[in-house]
Parts: sequence; structure tokens; C-alpha cells
Amino acid sequence: MSEVASPLPQPHLGRRLRRLMADQPIIPLIVLLILLCAVLQLLSPGIINPLWVANTIKFAIPLALLAGAQTLTMLTGGLDLSVGTVGTMAAFIMATQIGHHDPATTLALSLLPAVLIGLANGVGVGIFRVHPLIMTLGTGLVGSGILQVYQRTVIASGSEIPPFIVWLGTGLTYGVPNALLLFVPIAALIIFVLRRTGFGRQVYAIGDNEKASRLSGSTYWQVILALYVASSLLAAIAGLLYVGVIRTPSLTLLEPLVLPSVAATIIGGTSIFGGRGSYATAILGALILRVLTTLLTVLQMPEGLRQGLFGLVILLVTAIYLRIIEDS
Amino acid sequence: MIAFSLRQSWVIGLVVLFVALFVITRFIQPAYGARDFASLTQAALPYAFAVAAQTVIVLAGGIDLSIAAMMAVTSVTAALLMKDQSAASALYAVPLVLAFGFALGALNGILITISRVPDIVVTLAMMFVLQGVALLILPSPGGGAADWLKALVVGSLSVPGLPDAVSAWIPHALLVVVIAVCVVWIPLKRSQLGLSIYAIGSSELAAFRSGVPVARTRILAYGIGGIFAALGGLTLTMSTGIGAPIPGPYLLASVAAVVLGGVALTGGRGGLVGPIVAVFVLRLVRTDLTLLSVDPNVTTIIEGVIMVTVVMFGALLAMRGRST
Repeated sequence: MSEVASPLPQPHLGRRLRRLMADQPIIPLIVLLILLCAVLQLLSPGIINPLWVANTIKFAIPLALLAGAQTLTMLTGGLDLSVGTVGTMAAFIMATQIGHHDPATTLALSLLPAVLIGLANGVGVGIFRVHPLIMTLGTGLVGSGILQVYQRTVIASGSEIPPFIVWLGTGLTYGVPNALLLFVPIAALIIFVLRRTGFGRQVYAIGDNEKASRLSGSTYWQVILALYVASSLLAAIAGLLYVGVIRTPSLTLLEPLVLPSVAATIIGGTSIFGGRGSYATAILGALILRVLTTLLTVLQMPEGLRQGLFGLVILLVTAIYLRIIEDS
Repeated sequence: MIAFSLRQSWVIGLVVLFVALFVITRFIQPAYGARDFASLTQAALPYAFAVAAQTVIVLAGGIDLSIAAMMAVTSVTAALLMKDQSAASALYAVPLVLAFGFALGALNGILITISRVPDIVVTLAMMFVLQGVALLILPSPGGGAADWLKALVVGSLSVPGLPDAVSAWIPHALLVVVIAVCVVWIPLKRSQLGLSIYAIGSSELAAFRSGVPVARTRILAYGIGGIFAALGGLTLTMSTGIGAPIPGPYLLASVAAVVLGGVALTGGRGGLVGPIVAVFVLRLVRTDLTLLSVDPNVTTIIEGVIMVTVVMFGALLAMRGRST
């Protein structure tokens, strides 16, 4: 029992670095993003300029919105695969109804199916306890069927994309994408709700240990219902924004983004079993995927190789990342 | 007998449902006959193998999102191996493709075991990889298939001694499913490996503590799933005569039929017969709706609603079962 407290042994540098990365998972992701940009710059000097950055952000925002939907549901151990259909429905209804109604009614009409599908998902997952994968696949299937039937009825009346949506989707103001006007408040709201409110704590609590959270007074089905409706609304907003980028409403507008949005969320370090993760890192995940896609395009690989590498990188990043987090 | 029917109540219910649907079909379209039944089974063939693959993996407590992509890869491989070759070439092409499927499935299992990344994520990533591989093997639909293989899934059996009216109801395609399932599944289910698959599906920890080699069992389960996926890919090539590098709608259908077939998505409970019967039920529903000249898109809606309702109902029953 000496009086002098022996100093704690200084942990090894590598371990300290790992600890830091585990505590601040955003750091390795930023490093990865910078690395990818550096490789891109090396391969094709001069590609990285303000316009390129603005374009990358512009294309990443719809993906990041969908990743938001995945983050919300994944935090409780779920997943929302109906986002593609929901977003496509919102965009398609908006484009076909804008000619007949005033903007506010059109917006309400295009968000309505999103709310309904979100409610259905929430009831199925929260009350009936259906596996989220199945529930959202099923509602997505129903939604896409309804969309196709709907398309028959409006095929003659044509569609248009209002200039405001195009402005929001593709426009730049002083080199900054206008879409950020919409995205930044939404992202801030999600991050604020998850981090600072009682609701956010309930979300993490349910994902971490459902039984314990129920015993400590949170109502499972109410939280789940709210999350799935929010997830659908995010998907609808993503759809409205994306149709402004693509400028043609199609029946599979958002489908190609669904699985990448899951990938972006996972790369962002959100656990698929729930209880761990954040939206900020999912946004970075979306950016990383966009830069990666550009990189694979610049390398001029055949489509097959590109898809293959895309999958391998997702797997590799997730594996390394999990190892960093779990070992410390 | 009572115990048996209780245990198999879900499968029996499905069979009853199938028969009822069949009666309805005859009612809607009195001319619906053996020939139509044969084409129904032929169309259901790839679905049946997709769902068989998914079932084995789900029973082991996993899930495979790369099934459809794996079928595309094996289908184009088969088509490429048999292109412009003699009929005998199929004799080595088929085992080769099946081995390839096993390797791909086992690779999924190995990656899940080594990387400790959740199965959904690994197989999602592998879905992209396999889609890419399929495009690299065959950039556009093409290739070929041996004629006798193509004949294997078309038409129906003629058994000497049986009147044609009876044997016409045994399509080749149905035999292919039954034989494949009997050859792969029945020995498996009776073996130690089969028991281990159910064990790791119902509780990995309990299985590990009672000495089940969890990692090896999981890898083998994914491998067997891969064999079924390869069979699915082969039947795709067999019934179209070519290989297409784009995955079909088999992933969604396989998950839906697994659930409809009474297999718990959490693993460890269910069998292979239920999901395969479920595939036929789903295909027959589609046929009925087509015969009723319902818009095919409305058919999609109805299928989705059936799937969601059945799953909700099943989940409700499971909850009741837990609380009593």
C-alpha cells in the first residue's frame, strides 16, 4: 500500500487509436472518404473540383435520405425494404397529379401512400410482430402493384415535373446544391431527435434490449409505428427529390437505391441487430458509396466487375469496421 | 397418427389449400387439364428450387439474399458449358455446375463465419458480387443446353401399364423436384448434419455447448443451399435453353414461400415440404387470377396481400402459442 499512486500503464498507441475509432466511429469513415477521394484524384488528376463535389453531394442526398429511413428502422433491429416503392409512388403521383391540382394538394396526395404504407409496416412489425424484412417486402410488393394499376389510369394524361422540384434536385446556388436546403434541416432533425429527446432514447433502448425497455415503461408498438411512418415519409421526400435529379418519372425510379441505402447504413456502422449506430455516420456512408461508384466508373471497368467490386468493398469495410469496434 | 397430423398440420393445411384451389381452377376453367398442370409445374420449377435453397439456410438460422444472383451465375455457367457441345457434355456440365453452386454457397457461409459480419449483410454484398460475376461470365443472354436436358422438364411421364389419363398428371418437372428433394433432403434430415442444422437454427449457444460444430454446420448448410440454387439455375437454363445473367424475381418469392410454408424465420422450425407446396399454391393463385382475366398487376397486389396476411396470421398464432 504505497502512498504514491502508480501511473496507469500507458496503453499501446495502436490500441489507443482503436479506442478512439470505436468511440468516434465517424473518424475512420472520414479517413476512408478522404482516401477514396485521393485515389480518385491520383487516377484522374483534376477530377476533384467544386463542381464535382457539388454533383457528388447532389446524387448522395437521395441515398442519404433513404439511409435515414434505414437507420431509423435498423436501430430497433428492423429494416425497411419498401422505401423504393414508397419513394417511387410519391414521385410518380406528384408528376402525374401536378397538372390537375394546386401544389399543396399534390404534395398531400403524393405523401398519402407513404403514410399508409408506413402505418401498415408499423402495425405489422409493432403489433403483429411480423419480421420487418417480410413485412416491408410485402407492403412494397403491394405498393408496386398498386402503382402499376394507377399508371394505367393516368397513362393518357401525361406527366410533368414542376420546375421547383428540378430546381431543388439539380440546381446550384453559388456552387452549393439547393437540395441541401431541404436535406440539412431534415438531417439535423433526425440527429437531434435520436440524440437529445426521450423518443430517441426509447429507440436505442428498444434496439438494445426490448424486454428491458418495455419493463422500464416504453411502449414498443407506439415507437415502432412512429419510426416506420417516419421512414416512409423520408423515402417519399427522397423520391420527390430524386425525380428532380433524374427528371423522368419511372415506375422503378428509386428501386436501384434501396439495397445501396442499406449498405450505406451498414457501412456507417449501424448494427443490423439494433441499439447501436447514428445517422451522421450513415450520411458519410452514402457519400462513400457515391465516391466509390465514381471511382469504379473512372476505372472504366465492365459493368460486371464494377458490381462485384462494389459488393466486395461493402463486405470488406463492414468486416474491418466491426473488428475495430468489437475488439476494443 | 394424431401426433403426426398435429406436427404436420401446417403442411396438411397447405395441401388442402392447394387441392381447394385446384378445384376452384377446374370450376373457373373446366378445360384446365394435365397439359396446363405440366406447364404450371414447369414454371414453378425454378421457384421450387429457390425456396428449397432458402429453406435449408433459414432452418440453420441464417438468410441468403444472394439466392437469385446465385441462380443467375449457375444458369449462365451451365449455358456456357453446354453451348454448341454434344449431348454428352451435359453429363459433366451438370455435376460441375452443382459443385460450383455448393462452392458459392459455402463461400457465403465461410465469409459469415470468418468476418463475423451478420448474414444479411454478407449475403447482400455477395448479391452484388454474384450479379457482377454473372455479367462477366455472359454479358448478354446466350449459351445453350443439351436437348435431353431440355426434354427433362417438358411434358409428362408415360409409365407402361398406367393409363395415359393418369400418367399425364405426373409432369416431368414435378418428378425433377421430387427426386432432387428426395436425394438431397431425406438423407440429410436423417443424418447428424441435419440434426445439427436444426440445432444451430433453434439455439446456436445451446448447440455449441452440446458439442455441435457450429461453424462447420453453418458452412455446410449454406453449401447445400448453394446446391439447390444451382439446381434452380440449371432448371432455368433447361426450360429456356439459354442462360440469362440478370437475376429473376426469385429472392422475394423464396422468402415469401418459406414463410408461407410454415418455416420460422428465426430458424430451427419447419421442413422442406411445406415451402415447396407453398410455391405451388402461389403459382396456382397466379394461374387462377390469370384465368379470371384479372390485370396481372392486380395479381401482384393480391399476392402481396396474401403474403402479408398469412405472415401476420402466423405471427399472431406464434404469439398465442407463447403466451399459453
